[in-house]
Amino acid sequence: MSQLSSAPPAPKGDLASEFLDRSTPLSRIRNALHRYPAISPAVVLVVSVIVFGLLNDRFLLPSNLSLITQQVAVVGTLAVAQTLIILTAGIDLSVGAVMVLASMVIANTATENGVPAPLALVIGLIVGLLAGGFNGLLVTRLKLPPFIVTLGTLNIFLALTLLYSGGATVRGGEMPDLLPWTGTAFTVAGVNISVGVVMVLVLYLVVSFILARTAWGRHVYAVGDDKEAARLAGIQVNRVLLSVYLAAGAIIAVGAWIQIGRSNAASPNAGADINLDSITAVVIGGTSLFGGRGIVWGSLLGALIVGVFRNGLALAGLDVLYQTLAVGILVIIAVTVDQWIRKVRA
Amino acid sequence: MTVTDSATPTAATPQRTPILEARELVKTYGRVVGLDGVSLQLYPGEVLAIIGDNGAGKSTLVKCLTGAEIPDEGQILLEGQPVSFRRPQDARIAGIETVYQNLAVSPALDVASNLYLGREERKKGFAGSVLRMLDTAGMRERARQELTRLGISTLQDVTVPVENLSGGQRQAVAVARAAAFGSKVVVLDEPTAALGVRESNQVLELVKRLRDGGIPVILISHNMPQVFQVADRIHIQRLGKSAGVITPTSHDMTEAVAIMTGAATL
Repeated sequence: MSQLSSAPPAPKGDLASEFLDRSTPLSRIRNALHRYPAISPAVVLVVSVIVFGLLNDRFLLPSNLSLITQQVAVVGTLAVAQTLIILTAGIDLSVGAVMVLASMVIANTATENGVPAPLALVIGLIVGLLAGGFNGLLVTRLKLPPFIVTLGTLNIFLALTLLYSGGATVRGGEMPDLLPWTGTAFTVAGVNISVGVVMVLVLYLVVSFILARTAWGRHVYAVGDDKEAARLAGIQVNRVLLSVYLAAGAIIAVGAWIQIGRSNAASPNAGADINLDSITAVVIGGTSLFGGRGIVWGSLLGALIVGVFRNGLALAGLDVLYQTLAVGILVIIAVTVDQWIRKVRA
Repeated sequence: MTVTDSATPTAATPQRTPILEARELVKTYGRVVGLDGVSLQLYPGEVLAIIGDNGAGKSTLVKCLTGAEIPDEGQILLEGQPVSFRRPQDARIAGIETVYQNLAVSPALDVASNLYLGREERKKGFAGSVLRMLDTAGMRERARQELTRLGISTLQDVTVPVENLSGGQRQAVAVARAAAFGSKVVVLDEPTAALGVRESNQVLELVKRLRDGGIPVILISHNMPQVFQVADRIHIQRLGKSAGVITPTSHDMTEAVAIMTGAATL
């Protein structure tokens, strides 16, 4: 092909090599992080596990590690939904509210209305889809910013939850066995693994496959990266956005089931912090709040990092407020790293 | 309404059917007349430049040809067949691809993904039909072939994210996307407006290569030297009408500007 390139002399070696020539060790690190955004959370997770392991003997006990995975399961699930939405340069403040609403609907239909448990779960899934679809329609049809839309629907869904449930908690013992089943555990090599944790892992496998290997996944990235460019390339931007919010709603419904198992109850007051925790997990996981960049596994790492920090600091005997402080610092660092990585563009 | 005579004999033989033809297009916006009976022919194997002052109807004309606007009157023929585009997507499906000045590529995606954006190919068999898996390796391979065919030697690594490329290379990706995969006509709307001199030259070189490779090009530009550098024929718009068609050999830049501004007529 070199004989085809003619007249205005493109210098031998091209412009790309010019770019590479400018690279310093620091910019090489930046480019690596740019291409593989999950590197930094992976490093942080490994280092923090080692450090907390050295600080406290009990940290690395199988029982403690299994506790961390269970604590992380629900946030980890919502973080999948949150990742999808943040990849499209959106944000969803209503994930926790939707989860609580879905869990109350599942628990109440199964107990009060005597609906068979599988059907109750399907109804919960429908609630998730409706809530996600409502957010998606507001974002795509009314062209409202996702932040404002979900700030509004957060309150709407919380109010609906209280109206519907009357503020009453449904205990796991009252429910059919299938509902708290996600909280039951089995033992592998001395580690207790709950059904919910396995479901979370499967969810990550499925979503990461879809994002990386299908046209839909690529369109999600393209829409978040540059909406106008995506539209000009023939992608139906609104359809992609709506499908992302619907998918998020379905994933949140799964999270509701896992939550019921985890707490062995469905409580309208559960998950007050879980909105922000899911965003925290996504951001620490290296997904850019500006959209178009990140991988879903990063969010699992992010959720695990938060879980490890909270657990490790608690074992070290520090007050809860230091856990919160540490998480806050992590978020700031993660966003700073993201900004720095994005400068590659310039 | 003026019947514009644009059958000026040129590099393209007059007897040949135009690949893309507009007949007597009229487009009004309320009381503003955008196009007032404009005809245009694009022949196979040529670069047709469209020049004109602001408000002369260049963009309206191109928007009608690419489906972004629907003309009130008149006809558009592609390969001799009447077509009517309701949306840009229709024009694209028919084989008319447009490149915009604002480097419309997706920065975080790599070169191959950008070339195939919106028309991804899936694997064969179960993996493609049931699991909906993308044929990433195949698309990369074919993207490489297309770039080689188009003579874009600066973009051989199709796995590089587009944001790591220079402006000229990004525009090359956009042009390659338009020219690849059997498109019949490529429309470039001010493709060099956002680029520096050297990068502009790369894009213009690419325009020539497209033409030599058999894809006719419509080039909208403000930049006279660039137009005279690459165009085979130049369609001049003035006040919503066609002021005539010239060639870089029949007229010089000063004359072209004179016709464009109304100081001279053909």
